[in-house]
Amino acid sequence: MWTIRFFEDEVKELFTRNLVRGSTHLCQGQEAVAVGVCRALSAGDTMTCTYRGHGAVLAMGAPVDRSFGELLGRAQGLCGGKGGSMHLADLSVGALGSNAIVGGHLPTSVGAALASQYLRTGAVSVAFFGDGATNIGAFHESLNLASIWKLPAIFVIENNHYGEYSPLEATTPVTRLADRAASYGMPGVYVDGNDVVAVRAVARDAVARARAGDGPTLVEADTYRQQGHSRSDPGAYRPDGELDGWIARDPITRLSDAVVAAGTLGAEQVGAIRDEVLRDVKDAAERAIAWPQPEPEARFANVWAERS
Amino acid sequence: MGETMNYRQVIARALADELAADPKVIFIGEDVGAAGGAFKSTVGLHERFGSDRVRDTPISEQAIVGAAIGAAMMGVRPVAEIMFADFAGVCFDQIANQLAKFRYMTDGQARLPVTIRMANGAGGGFAAQHSQPAENWFLNIPGLKIVVPATVPDLYGLMRGAIRDDDPVLFFEHKNLFAVKGEVEDGAGPLPLGVADVVRRGADVTIVATQQMRHRSVEAAERLASEGVEATVIDPRTLVPFDDDAVADSLRTTSRLVVVQEAPQAGSWGASLVARMVTGHFDLFDAAPVLVAADDTPVPYAGTLEDAWLPSVDRIVTETRKLVSY
Ligand SMILES: Cc1ncc(C[n+]2csc(CCOP(=O)(O)OP(=O)(O)O)c2C)c(N)n1
Repeated sequence: MWTIRFFEDEVKELFTRNLVRGSTHLCQGQEAVAVGVCRALSAGDTMTCTYRGHGAVLAMGAPVDRSFGELLGRAQGLCGGKGGSMHLADLSVGALGSNAIVGGHLPTSVGAALASQYLRTGAVSVAFFGDGATNIGAFHESLNLASIWKLPAIFVIENNHYGEYSPLEATTPVTRLADRAASYGMPGVYVDGNDVVAVRAVARDAVARARAGDGPTLVEADTYRQQGHSRSDPGAYRPDGELDGWIARDPITRLSDAVVAAGTLGAEQVGAIRDEVLRDVKDAAERAIAWPQPEPEARFANVWAERS
Repeated sequence: MGETMNYRQVIARALADELAADPKVIFIGEDVGAAGGAFKSTVGLHERFGSDRVRDTPISEQAIVGAAIGAAMMGVRPVAEIMFADFAGVCFDQIANQLAKFRYMTDGQARLPVTIRMANGAGGGFAAQHSQPAENWFLNIPGLKIVVPATVPDLYGLMRGAIRDDDPVLFFEHKNLFAVKGEVEDGAGPLPLGVADVVRRGADVTIVATQQMRHRSVEAAERLASEGVEATVIDPRTLVPFDDDAVADSLRTTSRLVVVQEAPQAGSWGASLVARMVTGHFDLFDAAPVLVAADDTPVPYAGTLEDAWLPSVDRIVTETRKLVSY
């Protein structure tokens, strides 16, 4: 979780230095969802996510320096500088792509689960998406198809209570998004998305169901983004005190406090780990900054598969 | 020697041969399995290959295309059917934003061997939401190959070529050609995408046309021949990649170009071809090229209206005669 938090801190910094183009959508405050779910997966499992996907891609194990490299548009970036912040992907670790179309990746995730079922690989496919995405047609088509075919899929709503600038209540007629699972004959599970241990437990159950051939699960992880929607959004629409309330429930603080309280690690040990992660992230960013931009000719590569 | 069948039947034959050749190939779509397809073009596949490989889906065009994309990323070679090409509008995001550019955005981390079959085109009285020549919608999206077969052997070979291709292929079957008969040679295999068929050779004018306009153009060429005007007729068979060389080679002899298409002019493959030929090969022309196209209206329903909308053999003859006499 610290890797993700510090990665995002660094992204903010790189953005203000004009080293990151376009926009970025940070997931600070939501780290426990990505980490809790991805820690329940095994090698060969796959994950798709949204433009707010830095956390999930890192949680799958994508290298930190090459992730920075992609945001910086470097040739050594995960996608050779063709994807950027909103399209991070590392297929070698099962991160099948971040998607800048709200809901656009849910059907793809169903397809990865279909391949698992058809090829009998036993792999589970996870899709992360926001609360707003549950109002998109592709959400409904995907859950329905995954359920009718009993596919090994897990759909994870990162309910951060806002779709861009609109609060959930203004756009969505149900308050418990997990309830939407009922329409598709699958379990809908609600979990405190700022409690990484609880998220992992729920995800393990869903993974077990999927691998047993019992079909998909819809998980609603209740969480909050501590930043605005994107780099251009200060989040002024949030009611007074709301952010503070959520910062008091910050998932990283909660975990480190719990670990210390349980006596698993001492406060100094926790601090030392934190410092080490911070150093590693900063080093990775520096390495990536030093990498060259892609040659202009590289833009022609990989429109098509090369002839085999 | 070979087997004579019609355009509708050869669809199932080509699919069956690819399903048999490669266990990685699966076929999904609405009513494609147990029912044998809305156009009866996939009869027998479900019985032969089972519901694991020939799968009926709900009415969910986004999920159908998306599932094909995800499965392809993970090593399956899916064929998906979108019943009428017009319904591609419902899953345009999956085709334009996901399928076409996933490989590019990830800088080649995956191949997407997805084939999407769609029943295309006008002339059957299906009216504006079931008759569009939809292939033109996709010309502006790099990353998609586009196949438009007009004959039985072409459909057979190109379908097999499309399924074996490692890129996304949009495969347009023209529903007004379902009854056209032809022969599939014994031992016929896949055809490469991007190679035109020179249907007929003549020294006076080059006519380029696809699908039902190919058939009308051949008829027009025969009529013109009886007047002493000899036309070369070229069917590109695929719009992406396009066999520009075949057209330019023919222009070296004829110096005159007529492009005949079922769609309105704006943003069409015919308009693009004319532009490419004029800008790249201006020296080959003795007269300005002609684009015979449909009207700039939706496809109308009534027989008289739809007939008038589609370029007719008469119109192709008249326009070509005018050009040759220039
Ligand atoms: C199809 C589509 N419509 C609109 C947008 C613009 N847009 C980008 S993010 C966003 C809000 C999505 O909210 P949610 O699904 O809750 O995810 P979150 O950003 O909160 O993680 C919108 C409307 C888009 N990218 N794609």
